[in-house]
Amino acid sequence: MDIHFLAATMMELLSAAPLTLLLFLLSSACGGLLALVITWMRIAENPLLSSFAKTYIFVFRGSPLLIQIFLIYYGLAQFDIVRGGPLWPYLREPFVCAVIALSLCTAGYTAEILRGGLRAIPVRDIEAARSIGMSGFLLFRRIIAPLTLRAILPSYSTELVLMVKSTALASIVTVWEVTGVAQRISSETYRVFEVFSCAAVIYLTLNFVIIQMMALLEFKLSKHHCPMA
Amino acid sequence: MQTDILDNDFSRWMLLLFLGALVTLAVTVCSMALGAVLGAVICSWKLSKTLGLRGAASIYTTVLRGIPELLVIYVLYFGGSSIVTGLGNLFGYTGFIAVPAFVAGVAAVGLVSGAYQAEVYRGAFLAVPRGEIEAAMAIGMRRMQRFRRIILPQVLRLSISGLGNVWQLTLKDSALISVIGVAELMRMSQLAAGSTREYFLYLSAGGIFYLLLTNASDRIFKMLERIADRSMPSSTMGRV
Repeated sequence: MDIHFLAATMMELLSAAPLTLLLFLLSSACGGLLALVITWMRIAENPLLSSFAKTYIFVFRGSPLLIQIFLIYYGLAQFDIVRGGPLWPYLREPFVCAVIALSLCTAGYTAEILRGGLRAIPVRDIEAARSIGMSGFLLFRRIIAPLTLRAILPSYSTELVLMVKSTALASIVTVWEVTGVAQRISSETYRVFEVFSCAAVIYLTLNFVIIQMMALLEFKLSKHHCPMA
Repeated sequence: MQTDILDNDFSRWMLLLFLGALVTLAVTVCSMALGAVLGAVICSWKLSKTLGLRGAASIYTTVLRGIPELLVIYVLYFGGSSIVTGLGNLFGYTGFIAVPAFVAGVAAVGLVSGAYQAEVYRGAFLAVPRGEIEAAMAIGMRRMQRFRRIILPQVLRLSISGLGNVWQLTLKDSALISVIGVAELMRMSQLAAGSTREYFLYLSAGGIFYLLLTNASDRIFKMLERIADRSMPSSTMGRV
């Protein structure tokens, strides 16, 4: 065991960790917002909106993320209208493409989680709120949103872990995050196990922190529900 | 003659994509099979009374579900040859043994699939009503008999929907082994896209193939679930 090599590798990988974190945070935030829109469309009365949302969810959950990243990074660049467009300086950046693909993909999964959460709300709660005169936004803010949030936390934390893992795919379109850097170091040094173990430690730590934070949030939000605590 | 070949470019690439889809299916089936064996072993460790086994199983599922699949693939592909060569040296073979990309890829995807399958089997086992196992004990069934007659059939039935989800994950993970050069659907789409410069066309075509695969397998698992639940009272249908 070569401690010096491990320490040097760890430092180099840690310097790439902020990029992994940034990929994760940006795409979770954008994906979350998009998921709200998709969910709203999915449960809308309008058949056009709901079938669009259904197709969206089907496409992004049914195909591998890698092909989505490739479609956005290589596929879009094929069209002159994109290359000549005002967004081209951003769209040619692999980082931006990775964030777009990750956001679009997680939005599909999160929309399904949100829909599940909405379905878990007892109808009685909504009837009770209506009977005392709540409606529209007030009903949403006081009853629907908090109940949904609490119901989705366990499955959303799983989705966040999947997101952290998915950021590794950005390395394939030359974003130098942790996996990409690990792959580069291992191909320079041929010390596969040491290098990838260091990378694994970083991902496990990140996921551990996320799971603990989500568990804490869940505990805080459902304190009154749990007699053991 | 020249134009003839050019005209058929699209159909030739689509044929290759179709063959790639078959390879993707093969990879997924092999990985699921490997994952089923691993998952059953890990699940039995998780349910065992021995602390060491429980700990090992817990580490296995935490690590393999917590690190990117890409890392597992890289480790087994770039590191696999040195493991196998080391094992070979142990048995007196002195040369270098290379691990084919297909084997390394299936092993990697299968290891991850096994971690998810272990959780599915564990959940299904815990969902088998205790009373039935007690009843089996009461009428004097032995351990093996209980397992074969009471536990296994129910665990299999209760696992179907969970296995359907793992199948979807494994199918999508199989796309990642394109990075080590296995000629499956993802790799073929990339090749077609790169050679013809028609990136959007062929990558979309690849995506559509994946959608067909995931959609078809979704239907098959739903059907299996229906068949397995046929003899059960409808009240248990919504439970799992």
